[in-house]
Amino acid sequence: MMSHWIIAPVVLPAILAPLIVLVMRNDLTLQRIFGLAGTVALGAIAAALLIAASHNPPEAYLLGNWPAPFGIVLVLDRLSAMMLMLTAILALGVQLYVISTDWDARGRHFHALFLFQLMGLNGAFLTGDAFNLFVFFEVLLIASYGLMIHGAGKDRLRAGVQYIGFNLVASTLFLFALATVYAVTGTLNMADIAVKVAALPEGDAALIRAAAVLMLSVFAIKGALVPLQFWLPGTYANAPGPVAALFAIMTKVGAYAILRSSTLFFTPDSPAIGSMIGDLMLPAALVTLAIGAVGVLGATTLQRLAAFAGIASMGTIFTAFSAFTPAATSAALYYLIHSTLATAALFLIADLVTDRRGSARLDARPRIAQQGLIAGLFFVGAIALAGMPPLSGFIGKLLVLDAMRGDAPLIWTVVLLSSLLLILGFARAGSVLFWKSHATGEAPEPGHASEPLAFISVGALLAALVALTIFAGPVKDWLDLTATALHQPAGYIAANQLPWVN
Amino acid sequence: MEALIAIAIGSLTASGVYLMLRQRTFPVIIGLTLLSYAVNVFIFAAGRIVPGLPAIIAKDAAGYTDPLPQALVLTAIVISFGMTAVIVLMALGSWLEAGHDKVDMDEEEETRA
Repeated sequence: MMSHWIIAPVVLPAILAPLIVLVMRNDLTLQRIFGLAGTVALGAIAAALLIAASHNPPEAYLLGNWPAPFGIVLVLDRLSAMMLMLTAILALGVQLYVISTDWDARGRHFHALFLFQLMGLNGAFLTGDAFNLFVFFEVLLIASYGLMIHGAGKDRLRAGVQYIGFNLVASTLFLFALATVYAVTGTLNMADIAVKVAALPEGDAALIRAAAVLMLSVFAIKGALVPLQFWLPGTYANAPGPVAALFAIMTKVGAYAILRSSTLFFTPDSPAIGSMIGDLMLPAALVTLAIGAVGVLGATTLQRLAAFAGIASMGTIFTAFSAFTPAATSAALYYLIHSTLATAALFLIADLVTDRRGSARLDARPRIAQQGLIAGLFFVGAIALAGMPPLSGFIGKLLVLDAMRGDAPLIWTVVLLSSLLLILGFARAGSVLFWKSHATGEAPEPGHASEPLAFISVGALLAALVALTIFAGPVKDWLDLTATALHQPAGYIAANQLPWVN
Repeated sequence: MEALIAIAIGSLTASGVYLMLRQRTFPVIIGLTLLSYAVNVFIFAAGRIVPGLPAIIAKDAAGYTDPLPQALVLTAIVISFGMTAVIVLMALGSWLEAGHDKVDMDEEEETRA
């Protein structure tokens, strides 16, 4: 029934984006209407797929009707449906902000690139083929290169060169990993890799371990896991504000890919892999958390502050992933939803502030237009990201801590201390930006367009966090089922109908 | 044959990594290109090296070479070609805007926005 809709999140932007480039390239209003309509339609499709995935077992879509593992498959399960929905919600908020603040008028083809980016993201979340995952990574990356330098400028272009360089190295490593996996297992279908790795002859264990570490390093680059996080602050701080907000989902692509690969084919259950991934991931994740928190404390601009807060949240997510228990995974997924929306909201607020102050630096300057409202939004965003009650960040961290009782002394210390640093960092930034402006005694900055839609979109992202807090119970129940299904991948493998699996 | 291919992949990778760590964009891009050559040969070798056998069905074939890695290499070549074009243009743009082609950004540039 639902089967053909599975490919819709990829096909719809693939048709709409070229149409925008070719037919509407000189008409910004038309671009906005069609871009927005596309994102809304993607949201509706994602919602329908989410409902379908909640009630049915994982479902495969055979491209060209070639049976797996010979053709490429897309697989819809609860996790991919959840990521699709999250992407659509985030994209809608960002796009409304862009339209309201005229960011899309500062360069060309914003809406087309935006849709290509969504196409890559949706494809990466849906695909059930490892090489196809690489291809969708490239699709989302090449769109992100365009978005990152949108509006151009010297610093943005130079940061863009670094960003592309990093990602080209990552892509090369990904290919090395894929070729090794193919050499060992003879397949690239993810479910088939799972079957082959579980029954691997002992002599091949070393090779598959090397491939696993290579592949996880690639995903760790995407997910900004220490020591591969260097690209993130410079990229996010120099990207246009709303693009940085959209990039909040890009680090989650890395997290998604790590979760998918380590629960499906590089599982701790297979003798060749064992506890290797968790052992590597836990220390790296804790250092990521610490570096993120210290970075927030030491940030010199609001954008870098938001970027480091994003790194810290990735640390929390990976800490919970490293336990490989359904409870910890479910907690990590809750925190993933929360941190995507919260980080994006903070980047949008940072853009509002920078636009009105004329500088991103954290120093005392005269009052800005709409200071009270922006300060209020920043306060809510800071509470959410630091993990203070009453918002979802608190619940998320509580769930992670509760799920990680096994290693309590170390993990609890790092998580709690880093939360303290985050609170200090946000408090410092907020007081310098909003309170010290009264002390300068200078006349306030001249007025600024009121941009009600921009505030509505930031407010909507924060309201989504409030909803996530209020409905934490049902969301957590849903995520528990998702995590349980992830850790028992039989359903996912069965959906592929491999000829050698009953 | 195997030794030759292994040496080729190894030296391409080593030169690629060395060039990638240089300070200017031009050697970095050349380094990335060498790395992508290395990975293309590596993918090719992942399907096992068999000389003189067809990749498509033939009546008098004694055996076959694995055609899938060849398709993968083709995809990888196309993508890395496109990506190299993008980074060349970006490097050119940043050279024209900044007046120099250093890859690293200094403290002041990183914090100015």
